[in-house]
Amino acid sequence: MAYIPHTDAERKEMLAAVGLQNLDELYQAVPADVRFPDLDLPEAVSELEIAQEMQEMAEANVDVQHFACFLGAGAYNHFIPSAVDHMLRRGEFYTAYTPYQPEISQGTLQAIFEYQSLICNLTGMQVSNASHYDGATALAEAAILALNHHRGRRTRLVLSPAIHPHYRQVVRTYMQGMGVEIVGDEHLPGSADDLPAKIDANTAMIAVQYPDFFGRIRDWTALGQAAHAAGALLCVVVNPLSLGLLRPPSEFDADIVVGDGQPLGIPMSFGGPTLGHFTVKQEFVRKMAGRLVGETVDSRGQRGYVLTLTPREQHIRREKATSNICTNVALMALASAVYLSLMGKQGLRQVAELCYHKAHYAAEQLAAVPGYSLWTKGSFFHEFVLKCPRPVAEINQALLDLDILGGYDLGQDYPELRDHMLLAVTEMNSRDQIDALVEAMQEVSHA
Amino acid sequence: MPEPLIYELSSPGRQGVTLPAPDVPPAALPAELMRGELPLPEVAEIDVVRHFVRLSQLNHAVDTGFYPLGSCTMKYNPKVNEDVARLPGFAFTHPLQDPETVQGNLALMYMLQEWLKEIGGFAGVSLQPAAGAHGELTGLLIIRAYHQSRGDTRRTKILIPNSAHGTNPATTSMSGLQVVELPSDDRGNVDLAALRQACDDTVAGLMLTNPNTLGLFEEHVREVVELVHGCGGLIYGDGANMNALLGIVRPGDLGIDALHYNLHKTFSTPHGGGGPGSGPVGVRPQLVEFLPGPVVEIVEEEDDEQAPLYGLVMPARSIGRVKAFHGHFGMHVRAFAYMRMQGKAGMRAISDHAVLNANYIRVKLRDVYHVPYDRICMHEFVAEGRWEDAPGVRALDVAKRLMDFGFHPPTNYFPLIVHEALMIEPTETETKATLDAFIAVMRRIAEEARTDPELLQTAPHNTPFGRLDEIRAAKELVLCCRPVEMTPAA
Repeated sequence: MAYIPHTDAERKEMLAAVGLQNLDELYQAVPADVRFPDLDLPEAVSELEIAQEMQEMAEANVDVQHFACFLGAGAYNHFIPSAVDHMLRRGEFYTAYTPYQPEISQGTLQAIFEYQSLICNLTGMQVSNASHYDGATALAEAAILALNHHRGRRTRLVLSPAIHPHYRQVVRTYMQGMGVEIVGDEHLPGSADDLPAKIDANTAMIAVQYPDFFGRIRDWTALGQAAHAAGALLCVVVNPLSLGLLRPPSEFDADIVVGDGQPLGIPMSFGGPTLGHFTVKQEFVRKMAGRLVGETVDSRGQRGYVLTLTPREQHIRREKATSNICTNVALMALASAVYLSLMGKQGLRQVAELCYHKAHYAAEQLAAVPGYSLWTKGSFFHEFVLKCPRPVAEINQALLDLDILGGYDLGQDYPELRDHMLLAVTEMNSRDQIDALVEAMQEVSHA
Repeated sequence: MPEPLIYELSSPGRQGVTLPAPDVPPAALPAELMRGELPLPEVAEIDVVRHFVRLSQLNHAVDTGFYPLGSCTMKYNPKVNEDVARLPGFAFTHPLQDPETVQGNLALMYMLQEWLKEIGGFAGVSLQPAAGAHGELTGLLIIRAYHQSRGDTRRTKILIPNSAHGTNPATTSMSGLQVVELPSDDRGNVDLAALRQACDDTVAGLMLTNPNTLGLFEEHVREVVELVHGCGGLIYGDGANMNALLGIVRPGDLGIDALHYNLHKTFSTPHGGGGPGSGPVGVRPQLVEFLPGPVVEIVEEEDDEQAPLYGLVMPARSIGRVKAFHGHFGMHVRAFAYMRMQGKAGMRAISDHAVLNANYIRVKLRDVYHVPYDRICMHEFVAEGRWEDAPGVRALDVAKRLMDFGFHPPTNYFPLIVHEALMIEPTETETKATLDAFIAVMRRIAEEARTDPELLQTAPHNTPFGRLDEIRAAKELVLCCRPVEMTPAA
């Protein structure tokens, strides 16, 4: 049997040692009427067969290696250097558990410490945890931190409508039992300038995205000041790759910076697993959920690393813990640490610049096509919104026939943006691909 | 020799990756939004590869040795899983693609949902939760939403046996519900008298870990379920211990209303040094409409010419999304491959051998380690790492000494209801030879505890690192490093 190495002789010998005749006798405590159900499952196949079967399933999909991808909206097609996956495939990393025994887990512990360091240096923040599941759950945990910071005395959260719709939905899911009022994202305003007006004396936190869901970038310094004047925390949701180019959110005096680390060396993999990064100012370190690695020394005087401040966590504080998180996404944190190390100071800036310039080239070319216009005003990073002459779904269907994955249909989430397409352009899109998109969009501009 | 930090390998001007030259005209950059310093390391690819390979060599892992960490199910992770998860058709699909362009992904998720339903005896499964604790949160939010939908708003209490995983109480608080702890009886079961007393119309539900964290099948499971259902509450099952139940009993058949699976325990997806996991949730019929979404459904039945069309559907009264996109799809792919290779007969064989291995170690150690609840166990058991005639030795010392022999220690100090607990879970993938070697070392350590306690108290001796100073780490709180050139001079 697959992955069960027992021989018949060994099985017999072991049963005898336990004092049993057969395996069925192991389960006397299980109610007899429901014991040993006849499961309706397929018969086993071999490794050879499963590899072929899954190859066929994978090939039933359209993937971004075979189609030009202009779809972003929270998951991005980026270049991943080969060395990243070679490191992830080290069995010593991926078949280890959470590093509870530091003497034999220094590899994972130091890698997480380096991840924490790289993310802090990228965001400008002082403390990073070892990761959350994804950007959406990291934002929900930021909200919990802010509510706890105010000891439950403030019950209002302000969310910008330009935060990823899924992230806002996840915050609402997490908050449904907590008696919290979530405001600010009821509809899409003409500008972000009315956000400060939503902050009141009952507001625990205001959250914005940078670049926002539509790709726009703006300086959130004034918003940070307004939040702090009212005693609320400022949380900024970032695309960490954009910080190769953009001012870090620490410069807006953000209290919490979260985001999804998928652009940092993690394949899209149909949306998961990705990486929720979570960073705070030093003063919030003891209120932050999730694992933390700290530096120390061992009994021989060597520098080493351990999980630290564990008294915050669920297995010690039980119902008083601020979060139940234990397993996070350590391997994805490792991926981003390898990626950021390989890219380094110059490489990350180059990637971010390539994205920026290619997106601006695409936006300019597309806006010049009759029938289309650019909804996005002002600065943007690598995504922009295009007003289309036809329903986005129809355009995308036509693009698919030309081996192009078009942009995201914003009308799904924002009724005001019917017939508006959100396009993402990255270093993976060559000029030829962009020119082909422009030509195709021209062809499909009318039915 | 400790490995330097990646920042300590940095040299100004070095680069690990080359990128293509721009092929479009540059656009103007908004000067007011550009960052100054980008404090990342500057290293070559060879620096990065050697650095992380050397770090990896400091880890114990399933691929390097036995890992009997109780409640974590550290089974072997098949290599083919890693290959199929990286097929371009899976790894390079975008989560927001038109469903018609990702029918392979959706078919896989649909079948995985169906198999998990069948194994657990449930009417619906959502693959969205990202880990076990995330599945627990999902399950409790579903239970809460169910009571709310019936106007039954007084139900705010969750009963939790004291042998439960630490996540259970924390999850309850996160769901906006209150914890009521229940004691265990002298056979390690839920104390029925205490349960009877706690059951009233304020009970939203009970969280049951079965087998419990002592590795024992709950002998009164039927009575527990009846009592809780009788007062209008629901049962949440902590599925962390499902490796003992595949083809043995379906939690749904026992009356458990909602349960999370840990694909990274039971279904062989790797633990990754602390994730990514995957924690799908299964529910009985009355809870299906509350599942987090979207879930995968057949939206057009197959006919003679066409395969069925799969789509992503939000359940009618869903608690909402618990995660962006569709859960940890890469883990779904791995679990799918594993379950397909096991098939129907393999499921039962997994649990049979996991349970046999645990009992084999138990009977071979119980004369030298006190096993406080010594009866046929399921996939794990709990022994005590303390002896009256070795007063200075603790479970921690046994754990550290095991490392000297190349074994990962069992879970220690959990469950809390056993003093100096050593919780041993061998899993089904280990050979008898490995189990015998572990047993021999455990017996030797029990002897050393009496003859040379200091050897244990100062262990480990043969590992690259000795015991780490955890107090210093918490006191000095060094949580990240800055680039060398940015560090202020001392």
